[in-house]
Amino acid sequence: MSAGTRKLDVTVTEVVEVNDLVKRFRFERSDGGEMPTFSGGAHTVVEMKDGDITRLNPYSLMSDPRDRKCFTISVRRDETGRGGSLFMHRNVKPGDRMTLSFPVNLFSLDLRAKKHLMIAGGIGITPFLAQIRQLDATNGHFELHYSVRTAALGSYAEELKAQYTDRVHVYHDDRKEAIDLAALLDGQPLGTHLYVCGPKGMIDWVCRTAEAHGWPSEAVHYEEFLAPQSGKPFTVTLASSGRKIEVGEHQSMLEALEAAGVDAPYLCRGGACGQCETDVVSHDGNFVHRDHWLTDDQKACGNKIMPCVSRFEGRSLVIDR
Amino acid sequence: MTIQFNDETFYDDYTFRNSEWAIRRFPFPFHEDSYMYSVNLEPHLSLRPGSVFEKTFDVDEHYVSEMRDRARVLAEDPLRCQSLPHMTLAGWDLLELIMDAKAREYPDLFELHRDGDRWHWINKPLGIDQTFTFLDETTLPCGPMEYITRQAQGDFALLDHRDDNLWMDAGMVTTQADWSLDFDIGMNFYEWHAPVPKAHEMGVFQRALKFLLNLQQGAPVRRLNWTMTVNPLLDTSPENYHKWGVQKTSVTPENVGSKYHLRVELQTLFRLPRSNALAFPIRCYLIRLEDLATVPKWGRRLHRVLRDLPEELATYKGFIRNRPMIVDYLSQFDDGAETSPGIWPD
Repeated sequence: MSAGTRKLDVTVTEVVEVNDLVKRFRFERSDGGEMPTFSGGAHTVVEMKDGDITRLNPYSLMSDPRDRKCFTISVRRDETGRGGSLFMHRNVKPGDRMTLSFPVNLFSLDLRAKKHLMIAGGIGITPFLAQIRQLDATNGHFELHYSVRTAALGSYAEELKAQYTDRVHVYHDDRKEAIDLAALLDGQPLGTHLYVCGPKGMIDWVCRTAEAHGWPSEAVHYEEFLAPQSGKPFTVTLASSGRKIEVGEHQSMLEALEAAGVDAPYLCRGGACGQCETDVVSHDGNFVHRDHWLTDDQKACGNKIMPCVSRFEGRSLVIDR
Repeated sequence: MTIQFNDETFYDDYTFRNSEWAIRRFPFPFHEDSYMYSVNLEPHLSLRPGSVFEKTFDVDEHYVSEMRDRARVLAEDPLRCQSLPHMTLAGWDLLELIMDAKAREYPDLFELHRDGDRWHWINKPLGIDQTFTFLDETTLPCGPMEYITRQAQGDFALLDHRDDNLWMDAGMVTTQADWSLDFDIGMNFYEWHAPVPKAHEMGVFQRALKFLLNLQQGAPVRRLNWTMTVNPLLDTSPENYHKWGVQKTSVTPENVGSKYHLRVELQTLFRLPRSNALAFPIRCYLIRLEDLATVPKWGRRLHRVLRDLPEELATYKGFIRNRPMIVDYLSQFDDGAETSPGIWPD
């Protein structure tokens, strides 16, 4: 029985240069079927086959959540990043087959809100595009304040302003325009929820200011991007047979065991259920425990590991399999 | 396979019966000869054709009568179905999930035709033919969650996901093992689980909540839970405890095998796409002890599990009073032979 996150086999059907820094990609299912629906704020993890390396990068879905034909994302080129955005900009062309994860939402709207107050900076606009479409379809009450470097680099600012007029406010850095956050937070009706997505400095500024103005933390939401669950490659030795199994950078130990034909138990594959708990016979190095099953004491002892999520860094690891 | 639907009752004269087919596919919950809490979640994938784990939402011979019983309970107590205002979108998510799965998995019983937002739903067993506009409540006779859960076996809770917790903010609950939606509505995961003994100290709920908050769209999970019920009552609610609680005193050594039922809940959890809420269907299966014991492995094992169950659990599950009588009855099916691992009959 195999489990885990479901994947989507998609074909790139459109690549559009939005401006000097941003490209938009449109994906449709390769089998012609429908995309899953999603909630505004969700992201998908894009798998990129970059030579021998598989890159896994999360991008916010910006298309209308009700549109079952396609997903669209916008990617800002990051010259200093780990290489995913450069790969998307340089290598991905219409007609390419790619793999996406099902949507995951870590930046959901609080549907109890009487009003949704959105603060976006730069490429942080993307999750709001889907949320705004969702709210627009259900007569939700929203107001967007969007900070961009220049008009030329303000992705989708013109379209938003044209469609939603006085519900959208755009601020240009090069014109010395800035969001007057204190005044903005001061004038909101009871039941307003605040959302922020943008550079880390902006998120910190908005959260800090909201707290100083007495906003309850439950009413302040920010996007915290999921880092890929990968790590350095390592070798694990099976005590019963002495076999050595290589665990790749983007592979879990459980996946490596399975790929080698070892019948290892599991249920949740998320570090919660305890089913794959494995005894460590000996080790020389450090564990990277990522599960929430083992207690802190057990983790400190170093005689157990959860191969579905946890990793190892060091010279040798022998497990009881 | 065409299902022959029973005409039966779950109250008063209790004409509920399991056919031979229903007995053999009963979701026996014990994979070994003892029981303790665990976070026993596994992916809700199709398993063993004919079993209750095969389909997304199992439909069996009790479907029509269970839906009639739900309507009866709701007529007496409308508060069994509640949805806080922000949960309507989750209700539509649930309606889509159930209609889509049933039409796909039981094409001889259910049909769903979509033309954009204009949907046409046909439920043949219940004789329903409804055209409506998706996401427009005014085109259905009631809210979307109530509409679809009057046509789906089992209870349903819709859990809002916010503030790193889950909140029971909507539900349809008429076949419950002694808990109340009206009491729990608006509570978070820790609050509604507060009455469960032992599990808090074991850290079960912290682990379970963390896992559920990570539950992903397209990757539902399931688990089994169980208790014991006198007479085949679906509605063992706190609201009606004065009616059914007293029935525990009607059990005698002569009738224990036919009166006592093992009550098993097939609980599933789905991430809902539009609302980001979780759907928590709780499907109840009942089986008389004398029917269960027709599967020799189950008779042996249930005897051992109930005999050795910690006192707190037997109390919490509400059968401590009659446990000696039940164990005594079941002992006749336990010859001491070894039982095979797993839940399936030999």
